[in-house]
Amino acid sequence: MFRLSILLIFINLISSPSSGNSLFETENLKVQDSVTFVSRFEADNNRCFKCHGHEKYEYTNETLGKQVKDIMCSERIVRKVDFYASNHKSFSCTDCHSDKYVNFPHSGELRMEQKYICIDCHGGDEKFAKYHFEEIDSEYRKSTHFKMEDEGFTCWKCHNPHTYKISVRNNINLKQTIAYDNAICLNCHSDYNRFQLLSDKAEIDIIQKHEWLPNQASHFANVRCIECHTKINNNIPVSHQIRPKGEAVRLCNECHSKNSILMASLYKFESKEQRRDGFFNGIILNASYVIGANRNEYLNFISLIIFFAVIVVIIVHIVYRVRNNTKH
Amino acid sequence: MYLYPKWIRAWHVLNAAMFLILIVTGLSMQYTDKENASYVVGFAKAVRWHNFAAIILILSYIFFVTGNMLTNNGRYYRIGRKDFLLNLTKQFKFYSRGMFRGEKHPFPVTEERKFNPLQKLTYVLAMYVAIPLLIISGIGLLLPEITITTFFGISGLILTDILHITMGFCLSIFMIIHIYTCTLGSKPTSLFRGIITGYHVSEDE
Repeated sequence: MFRLSILLIFINLISSPSSGNSLFETENLKVQDSVTFVSRFEADNNRCFKCHGHEKYEYTNETLGKQVKDIMCSERIVRKVDFYASNHKSFSCTDCHSDKYVNFPHSGELRMEQKYICIDCHGGDEKFAKYHFEEIDSEYRKSTHFKMEDEGFTCWKCHNPHTYKISVRNNINLKQTIAYDNAICLNCHSDYNRFQLLSDKAEIDIIQKHEWLPNQASHFANVRCIECHTKINNNIPVSHQIRPKGEAVRLCNECHSKNSILMASLYKFESKEQRRDGFFNGIILNASYVIGANRNEYLNFISLIIFFAVIVVIIVHIVYRVRNNTKH
Repeated sequence: MYLYPKWIRAWHVLNAAMFLILIVTGLSMQYTDKENASYVVGFAKAVRWHNFAAIILILSYIFFVTGNMLTNNGRYYRIGRKDFLLNLTKQFKFYSRGMFRGEKHPFPVTEERKFNPLQKLTYVLAMYVAIPLLIISGIGLLLPEITITTFFGISGLILTDILHITMGFCLSIFMIIHIYTCTLGSKPTSLFRGIITGYHVSEDE
């Protein structure tokens, strides 16, 4: 039953985060206005979407003098609806790609075009200062993923620029955020076809590798992979320094304790919010419950009083018994 | 006087052993911090042992209840309404005053009456109220997917956990008092000897 439930969660999670699946829709208000969003570059962009928005495209082959239907490479497909729901929806395709792409057939030399990465646009920009892109970039450069840059790893392997939506964590959408963020990892780590595009390593069985986790399904649904697999950095919203597998968190009390690391990662978004019900790390209780991290200080206090009261009564009883025995 | 047949003694020793494991591992899970991790059982080990001991405890509890239904042992747990509070007070007064004045035990152990009124009440509360609640809430924590998500807006898991740790705490306090009151026999060790050999030695013997 456990394995089945794990698999069901996986089926949900494995769907590509860039697919626009409603499961991964965040409740970010900024995203909601995408329903009515009309790009001022819509006509220009439609020239690209005409072919790149579908699995198949059609063009006139002037050499053959006929219409040709062909299959679009999956890596080159950008769904229009996903793009206009993403954070980059207000851009024209040629803001990031060469304007020479407006010509078809595309010139072969365009394949050599150097693609932008996040820091190229977001670095040093006051408007994005709160996201600390420079520090994210610096953390990424220490990350185990950075070692694969020569194999073609870039920011885009996790954050598809055509579909990426910033996910604002709050009590209402936390489960969806967890699923969205985990899907980014599982997109490669549970799909060997994608994984081997960047790595020569053998296929990893995620379920088997995490078999040591008690209530595995519950862990997968309630925390993100990065909780254990990144080094916490308090200056950036989400840690980007992916650690080698040997350095992943394996000690349960890193999370299951009064000083749970979850408060500096998954629940960092409102860790300053106070609850007055006596629970340690009470903010976790709004969305979940973590044994060891959510102990209650009032219950602790009452139980200690009762315990010591019982011990005192027993000691007094023993003293009276001893005195009584001595008398007789 | 032969009072504790083999099956009772076997159940009692198993129940006690599992309960000790559950207390140590339960406290470890609830209170392990990074700083004190070496003083108690590690969290992962505590979870494994807690789950194991809990399953054995459930089986032993089923064995105990079935045994009480199939044998005469169940009658010792029946609380009569007649003079219940009066007898309870009598027993309490004996423990708090009478025994120091050399008074006779108000409810001496016989083959018909294994437990005094205070014992009877605490054993019934422990075995037929606290343990079932502990087991039900424990199953809820062992299988969180079957636990209700929210109850009147409060997380079902936290309510289940509070019920579980409260029952665990009450039973731990019961165990401390139980062990102490077992030193109140004719000699401090005679009641312990009784549950090992099966024979109860009364104060008059």
